[in-house]
Amino acid sequence: MTDLADLTILEAGGGLRAGDFSAVDLLAANLRRAAVTEAHLHAFLVIDRDGATRAAEEADAALAAGDEDRPLLGIPVALKDNMVTRGVETTASSQILAGWKPPYDGTAVARLREAGAVIVGKTNLDEFAMGSSTENSAYGPTRNPWDTDTVPGGSSGGSAAAVAAGSAMGGFGSDTGGSIRQPASLTGTVGVKPTYGLVSRYGLIAFASSLDQIGPIGRTVADAATLLEAVAGWDPLDATSYPGEVPAISGSLDAGVDGLRIGIVTELSSEGIDPQVLGATTAVVDRLSDAGAEVTEVSLPSTEYALSAYYLIAPAECSANLARFDGVRYGLRVDGDNVEEMMAKTRGAGFGPEVIRRILLGTYALSAGYYDAFYGQAQRVRTLVRQDFATAYENVDLLVSPTSPTTAFPVGARTTDPIAMYYSDVCTIPSNLSGDPAMSIPVGLDDAGLPIGFQVMAPALGEELMFRVAAEVERGAGFTDRASLATSEVVDA
Amino acid sequence: MTTWEPVIGIETHVELATRSKMFCGCPVDFGDQPNTAVCPVCLALPGALPVANEEAIEGILSIGDALNCTLSETSLFYRKNYFYPDLPKNYQISQYTFPLCVDGNIDIDVDGDPSTIGITRVHMEEDTGKSLHQGDTGRIHGADATLLDFNRAGVPLVEVVSEPDIRSAEQARAYGAELQRIVRVLGVSDAKLEEGSMRFDANVSIKPAGSETLGTRTETKNVNSLRSLQRAIDFEIARQIEVLDGGGTVDQETRHWNEGTGVTTSMRSKEESEDYRYFQEPDLLPLHIDSEWREAVRARRPELPADKRLRFHGLGADTATTALLVDSADLAALYEGAVGGGADPRTVGNWLTEVVAFLRRNETTVDATGLGASDLVELDAMTAGASLSATAAKEVLGGVLAGEGTPQVVAEARDLLQISDATEIEGVVDAVLADNADAIDKIRSGDMKPIGYLVGQVMQATGGKADPKIVQELVRAKALAD
Repeated sequence: MTDLADLTILEAGGGLRAGDFSAVDLLAANLRRAAVTEAHLHAFLVIDRDGATRAAEEADAALAAGDEDRPLLGIPVALKDNMVTRGVETTASSQILAGWKPPYDGTAVARLREAGAVIVGKTNLDEFAMGSSTENSAYGPTRNPWDTDTVPGGSSGGSAAAVAAGSAMGGFGSDTGGSIRQPASLTGTVGVKPTYGLVSRYGLIAFASSLDQIGPIGRTVADAATLLEAVAGWDPLDATSYPGEVPAISGSLDAGVDGLRIGIVTELSSEGIDPQVLGATTAVVDRLSDAGAEVTEVSLPSTEYALSAYYLIAPAECSANLARFDGVRYGLRVDGDNVEEMMAKTRGAGFGPEVIRRILLGTYALSAGYYDAFYGQAQRVRTLVRQDFATAYENVDLLVSPTSPTTAFPVGARTTDPIAMYYSDVCTIPSNLSGDPAMSIPVGLDDAGLPIGFQVMAPALGEELMFRVAAEVERGAGFTDRASLATSEVVDA
Repeated sequence: MTTWEPVIGIETHVELATRSKMFCGCPVDFGDQPNTAVCPVCLALPGALPVANEEAIEGILSIGDALNCTLSETSLFYRKNYFYPDLPKNYQISQYTFPLCVDGNIDIDVDGDPSTIGITRVHMEEDTGKSLHQGDTGRIHGADATLLDFNRAGVPLVEVVSEPDIRSAEQARAYGAELQRIVRVLGVSDAKLEEGSMRFDANVSIKPAGSETLGTRTETKNVNSLRSLQRAIDFEIARQIEVLDGGGTVDQETRHWNEGTGVTTSMRSKEESEDYRYFQEPDLLPLHIDSEWREAVRARRPELPADKRLRFHGLGADTATTALLVDSADLAALYEGAVGGGADPRTVGNWLTEVVAFLRRNETTVDATGLGASDLVELDAMTAGASLSATAAKEVLGGVLAGEGTPQVVAEARDLLQISDATEIEGVVDAVLADNADAIDKIRSGDMKPIGYLVGQVMQATGGKADPKIVQELVRAKALAD
């Protein structure tokens, strides 16, 4: 018998509506999977068994009443712990927020509840989403369900690992420089960074406001589209949210790529990319070409400087965004002889080393006398990156590249070398700087049996086209492998 | 000795009386219990985001327009970073380059000496919460504990920055007063200095008269009234002159005005001053103020104090009366109604002084007294028609203000109407003359002094109600007649 935890969201939705099983059954299957795998993975910081059970029971009641319109009704989802959830501890994996139970739901969370989704729990992340391996968590690292000696990527490694392991049907993360796409790539899942502004950031604990974007992680392209559709759309509480109509995200999944002009980005598909990853990328591109797409090489010359610009802009914004954690109103407080000392001690004790590194970097980059050389220069590079994309999209409809330069790397391999860790996001950062959508689709395994991701990038609000190509990539790759921790031998053991 | 010339610029903060705060839906209401008008946004809870308040943008644009500023087509918000417990985000959303309004001016007048003070910029920001320091010092350092009230955090705050065009404490006061009048006429703020909804920081420096080079400036804070503004600046000018005359140098620093002792003291020097690390606020989009919006603001511009002054002068009000009318819409309505109804502008102006005194004494408003413009018209007619003396008219006005009825009713009830019927007065005059034959003899022999005495006798006999003019004429005519 099929384990319900292995179904896709679309399959599970069909089963729920057909009465084959209940939402409570489905949740139980995910919780069983979590019970088996969490000791190895540590994907979750909180599993909200009571809240999830109540939501599943409500979903069953709605299903019994004939509710047909909500595709996520009764579907268990996992949320990255930088998404604010009313009454459920939210820490962003930081000691400074230990024990904080928010008095409100973020907009994406509220929309998921309205959609009838069952929130299983809160997943681990690099503290305040700063990292690419989910090792920078105050509550311990998350492991990759494909090989627990490797990292799941980050910073949304917890959600990616939970979805890959089958502890939730879908998940949500946030992507500031690749924090959804890179862990999706490393865990064999589909991860989407939507157009900046498509999903409200209200209730997302800010890392770098001009780059942060909430997005879904699913096991299939169609699942990711369904998850995204539930949360996308204008929000009066986020001044940067897109006020127009939401693109028809899952409108053309079966339309194929015949006649589409696809550009493979030279700078992101050569030097520094693992040969096996590059080989898989080439194979996908060849299949797209066979399917009728017109494939060309496209240069984005400024992306060479994107990583450097990112590591000035993101820290600069974070230095202000994280200033509110001062021990005055909530979270950790370490007393001192005066208010400055209290604040300094609280922040020194509450933030981990990577967070402190970035706050210092950002504070320096914004300081009088240095602003123009660092922050100002980084903003000029950002403008150039945007112009590169705009120029490229005059000649092609979409851009593609590998998602991550390598497959999952061993736990601890990059923790002492920040630059090596930062380089994990070299292919994903340009889309954050431009604000355009991009997503990762699993396309194969390397010799070690670790998943390889392929990145599709589209112009702003080009989600329909992006998902259309992603669906073709998925069909062509025929990727059906499952993480070793999610296979029946392990689960039944 | 060098002759020194002060150079003064003023930064003014004005809290806007909008329905909700600058970046969230919390009410702007200071009467509430501490920390009740708060939400995730103004408490800076993790994940909360600001959304700009359109009503506040309207408010600042109307101020900029009234100050003859250029209203920007595109304007940006910035983060001003500094740590302080009553600043929830530890940065203030403010403006830096591209403020909403630039390059304006205010005309002022000190005792008939007019001048124009330039306005550098008018920008939008948010207020902080309030710190209540417990303990002897009353300041954050040395406090036993600090209580924080965030009801004020996030209230829309407009900062008006003047050019260093002010040359005396009197001018500074006139500038502050005129700015307060303008803001009040616009209806965007109650601009109460004593409650902190309007606050001044004074930048003062001294240079040798005629020199082009500016001296080192100090910034004085905690100025809570127009009088304090003048006193603080006078103190600072004198202090700096003393320092310079003594061969010393003025330190660039922030100083604190102490109302009780009447002196400014050093708060922090430039070396300790903060680097605010301004950068553009990524949570808010650039503001675009299109020409339609700017035109709409201009079209809604109310009559400003300077316009009012011209108009009231045109209606015949003297300078003192005009000042009263510009500062009070209630009095202006009374004045305009009365003068429009035909009353004499000067007389009505004099009566308004009485009205103001009454209102102050009784801590009441024009509305509450029931005094209307028609009462003033009636009173003026009675005076002009000689049925009421000027002194009696003031008494009648008091009665009307006290709610005793219309002028006619009050005058009758208080028995103040003059006898202006010559026949009636003639009888009394005859009787008085008959009793004072020796006085008449003196008059007839050329000594006019007793006329006053005889008039007094007649007035006394009529209980003061006879029209003194008629009495005078009759006594003179009859005494000199054969």
